[in-house]
Amino acid sequence: MSLFSMRRESGPGLFLRSMTLLTAILIVLPTFVVIPASFTAGETFQFPPQEWSLRWYENFFTSRMWLSSLLQSLQIASFTAVLATVLGVSAAIGLTRIPRRTGAVLKLFFSLPLTVPSVVIGIAIYAVFLKWHLAGTLSGLVLAHTALAIPFVITTVAASLTGYDNTLDLASSSLGAGGITTLLRIKIPLLAPGVISGFLFAFVSSFDEFVVALFLQTPRLRTLPVQMYNSIALDMDPTISAASSVIVVATTITFLLVSLRAGNKF
Amino acid sequence: MMKKHSIKISNATRYYPGAAKPAIDDVSLDIAPGEFMTFLGPSGSGKTTLLSIIAGFVTLSAGSVEIDGQDITNLKPHKRDLGVVFQQYALFPHMTVSQNVAYPLRQRGVSKAEIEKKVRHVLDLVQLGDFAHRLPRQLSGGQQQRVALARAVVYEPRALLLDEPLGALDKRLRDRLQLEIARMHRELGMTFVFVTHDQEEALTLSDRIAVFNNGRIVQIGTPTELYQRPNSLFVARFLGESTVMEGPNQGTSIIVRPEHISLKGLANNCSEGELSKPARITDIAFAGAHLKVGLAFAGGAIGSSLITAGNPLSFQRGEEVLAVWNRENQHAVANENVAADSAAG
Repeated sequence: MSLFSMRRESGPGLFLRSMTLLTAILIVLPTFVVIPASFTAGETFQFPPQEWSLRWYENFFTSRMWLSSLLQSLQIASFTAVLATVLGVSAAIGLTRIPRRTGAVLKLFFSLPLTVPSVVIGIAIYAVFLKWHLAGTLSGLVLAHTALAIPFVITTVAASLTGYDNTLDLASSSLGAGGITTLLRIKIPLLAPGVISGFLFAFVSSFDEFVVALFLQTPRLRTLPVQMYNSIALDMDPTISAASSVIVVATTITFLLVSLRAGNKF
Repeated sequence: MMKKHSIKISNATRYYPGAAKPAIDDVSLDIAPGEFMTFLGPSGSGKTTLLSIIAGFVTLSAGSVEIDGQDITNLKPHKRDLGVVFQQYALFPHMTVSQNVAYPLRQRGVSKAEIEKKVRHVLDLVQLGDFAHRLPRQLSGGQQQRVALARAVVYEPRALLLDEPLGALDKRLRDRLQLEIARMHRELGMTFVFVTHDQEEALTLSDRIAVFNNGRIVQIGTPTELYQRPNSLFVARFLGESTVMEGPNQGTSIIVRPEHISLKGLANNCSEGELSKPARITDIAFAGAHLKVGLAFAGGAIGSSLITAGNPLSFQRGEEVLAVWNRENQHAVANENVAADSAAG
């Protein structure tokens, strides 16, 4: 047995283990506070709860205000994910077909939403959308979230594209398939892992987004994060931890799907 | 046996953006119906570009391509009805072997029963009938290339274009697949256009060979013609080995193939019709059926002699000998391509 495999069998060293544990605790601990706190039977926010109940979930899922926020968030995230995936996949494929230097500049441009502070983006979009009469509309918020989500799709699809053999396109056309058929039967299926990850990332990025949604809110258009913020500002009741738990569970499931897909490559 | 088709290329020229010289420079060529035509040349000589032009992957800057007299210069690749085999197989990794082979038939709206029949038949032709349900990654390189061959002929295209199809395989597999390609050409009777930089492959397989250099065809002919009567030093050096000596006129050289040079002791005389030149033996290599003897002539020319291994060689390395050949086996060629030759090497 070689030295390498022997080391691997004993696993990572003590230092690496404790750092990993520490990081995990830092990231996960707040969740451990929020989720148990949402099961409290008390009238106020408690941790740890003295008595347990599902009353705040009942409150969440029977309140019209909370439910409509949740549904709006899901709706906006779904539209955003679809739109960002279509645009992001097109952009990523397009980037491989133009001169390298132009492509690099464009890629940087497309990733601007990741680097510009979200408050700046929020103010900018708010100002422009007021003029365009898009502020406070569902389609406006979808458009804004799409712009923010496109970089995620481009990044994941571009990663799949680097491993893509362009000869396959030539082969497909020589065998009698037109451009659209080649795209649908060869290219997209082979890029599927990247496309699906991009779709899920886009969904979550919209579902979680707060700043732009705050700028564009109206009493009738309030995503879940904005609704949570507003309810904290008014009065803090444990429904908010129920809402948080819903978000945590939704995003966790999404990312589980992403990593399961990633482990199942061609 | 299927209908055979001719390909005609007229004054084909292709410039790539930013390149000073065209990749293909005013090339005209007729490929006869059912012919096995090989494009041979060093990398960058334009042979693959011309194949891509026939396939429709590369458009022409000037000139035209015709099949059976029909102009296809501006036809998209998927409408040309040609088969293409690539060096790296280019099988669709998410489809099984039979799905890969069925793909071109599905594009043509062939019925399900007919597809099944044709796929089974062509997979038997390449002896991969038992592998129909495997994925490409579960096959060896040679098997994958055979699937690619099956996929490229199953719809009976007008011609089969092969771009260095054996380039990614090891020597033993290459030889086997070479035979298989020759057999397919015989059995299908299709027009084959084959690109390679391997002279041995070209000599073995082809009806005719077009030798490419610097974006032009420098000579075209049967393997025997090219080997026995090369029209330039470039062709002589690219196809087979030869001893090259200064020619009688300015700008020409004399070439003699190694199998035509025999060795004698310095004391011997030439017979009638024989020519000779003293040389020093630089090395002796055993190559199975032959001994290959390296020779260095006075004046700097180098060459070689091929001697049947049955006869014991009475000379040793370093010894001075007389290289002897028949006058009719020597050949004068123009030097014009010498510069291009060394640039390509």
